[in-house]
Amino acid sequence: MVTPMHHGALKRKDLFWLALVALMALVPAVSVITANSFLMHVLILILLFASMAQAWNIIGGYGGQTSFGHSVFFGIGAYGAGMAVVTYGLSPWPGIGVGMLAAAAVAVLISYPCFKLSGHYFAIATFAIVEIFNRLFLVWYWVGGALGLDYPMVEEGLANLMWYDSKTGYYYCALVLFALIFGIVRFLEGHRFGYYLRAVREGQETAESLGVNSTAVKLTAMALSAALAGLCGAFFVQYNLRVDPGMVMSLDMSMKFVLVTILGGAGTLAGPLLGAAVLIPLQEYTRALWGGLGGGVDLIVFGVLIIVIVVKQPAGISGIVRDIAKRFRRPADAKGGTSVGTA
Amino acid sequence: MDTLLQVLLDGILNGMLYALVAVGLCLIWGVMDVINFAHGEYVMIAMYVTYWLGFLANVDPLISMFAGGLFIFILGALTYRLIIKYTIGKPPLSALLATFGLAMLLKNLCLNQFTPNFRILSNTWLGDKTFQLGALIVPVPQLVTALVALVVVGLTFYVVRSTRCGWAIQATAMDKEAAELMGINTERIYLLVFGIGGATVGLAGGIMPTYLAVHPEVGTMFSLIAFICVAMGGFGSIPGALVAAILIGVVEALGGYYIAPVFKYVAVFGLYLAVVFLRPKGIFGW
Repeated sequence: MVTPMHHGALKRKDLFWLALVALMALVPAVSVITANSFLMHVLILILLFASMAQAWNIIGGYGGQTSFGHSVFFGIGAYGAGMAVVTYGLSPWPGIGVGMLAAAAVAVLISYPCFKLSGHYFAIATFAIVEIFNRLFLVWYWVGGALGLDYPMVEEGLANLMWYDSKTGYYYCALVLFALIFGIVRFLEGHRFGYYLRAVREGQETAESLGVNSTAVKLTAMALSAALAGLCGAFFVQYNLRVDPGMVMSLDMSMKFVLVTILGGAGTLAGPLLGAAVLIPLQEYTRALWGGLGGGVDLIVFGVLIIVIVVKQPAGISGIVRDIAKRFRRPADAKGGTSVGTA
Repeated sequence: MDTLLQVLLDGILNGMLYALVAVGLCLIWGVMDVINFAHGEYVMIAMYVTYWLGFLANVDPLISMFAGGLFIFILGALTYRLIIKYTIGKPPLSALLATFGLAMLLKNLCLNQFTPNFRILSNTWLGDKTFQLGALIVPVPQLVTALVALVVVGLTFYVVRSTRCGWAIQATAMDKEAAELMGINTERIYLLVFGIGGATVGLAGGIMPTYLAVHPEVGTMFSLIAFICVAMGGFGSIPGALVAAILIGVVEALGGYYIAPVFKYVAVFGLYLAVVFLRPKGIFGW
């Protein structure tokens, strides 16, 4: 019954995203922006964190399983690329592939027992896993231990996924990462699997009574989410040219996955981008502005902002945007409102 | 053999400290189903309260820990009034994320005001005193902390179990609406629970500067350990949290001594996973 309306709405939505990516692809053509290396850095981080949050969103938002363990998968991806370059002197690409597969495998092994836990017990189990991995990587000689891995100077370019004098290459890589992960989630939204996943979130027993294998659905979503988180980790290490356990496998990093998504709006396609677009510039600019004032001022501001958003608008920034949009739309069209409602 | 006993003793004493830290979280979790991420930061702030009272006014932590308790009682009640109250009935993660923001705020406020330096009180009454018990060396500050922990945990358990106020708390935990219909002011109960939870963790933080260094990052690990104590013990069970805390202290000491110091937390978190995989609601949970 909703099909015609639905399809119209979907197309419009897709056009918006395609236009957004196209617009972002043109950004490096503006020399004012590329000349400002800090601005480029902020844009790259927005794309990276939006991608990370979207990867988390698959299992955390659409699947309703609040994992605080994603820094483990992020870290495994980062170490995959890092070890290929630093330990074996290869291009990072094979390492990225291995890292993504390893992240997915670890995610399935960890999640299988964890999915039996509910609520806070699940959340705390994922905290525990992050701490265990962090400690193990700290003393694991093969992966560089506490010293971590420092990248050598190699030839720049796409083959080595490394650039030195301009950030444009990284920007395009981040944009591809962003488009890839948002594309996958957009595809899942309309696909049978996406409906299964949301059905499991809304009521596991109900979904199972209708023939959905909830364990298989959750494990698949977790594996996909972890592999994509690993891909983001690989980009992160290529961008930082260094990795150690505290940088990638920490509770703070796990919290970033969760915070950006939830503050943006969990379980929505736009949420991760909105969250990253608001939080990352805020974090980077407050750090640049006040980072020197005895330390901590940027994070004080950040902490207050988190409290205010959670307390004022539980649907996150996308909820705030929706409220504003509703206020503007109401007088203009009264009957077109339904298409927004289904989106 | 003597070494093993010594390690076990240290583990048990440390576990009692964890129990003192965790009991407040246990109460809050049991009554409101809220994980307070700023719990460890309460410990840190209470430590700073007694540290500064000791450093500037020469008050011993054994006395000023009550000031720490009072301070965190107020801070806990404020946390409820200004933040937690607005997250009730919202998605289950709201309180956790909001208190994570609070933890970030408190930690960095202290970092900004007090610098990241490690600070420890010298010349306290208990100081570095120890005594021999057979072949064992018993550290006095840790022993006194363990006794304080026993008293506070026992008292909290008694209050919840056997007083009118405790019955009201239990009623609110079981069914908020029914409790309201019986004339219980659940709003005030929540405030009280957060206050009592804060006071107990304030006492824990208050006594620590005798033998532990204060710095802005000290709370993070206490938060995690407290979560694990409470979850392992079982939803809101105070005796469960006590047992779990002692178990954690012992496993931490054994793992740290017999494997390697870095593995002590691997052992602790591994223990948590092993317990909840076998009993998904914790040792005393149902």
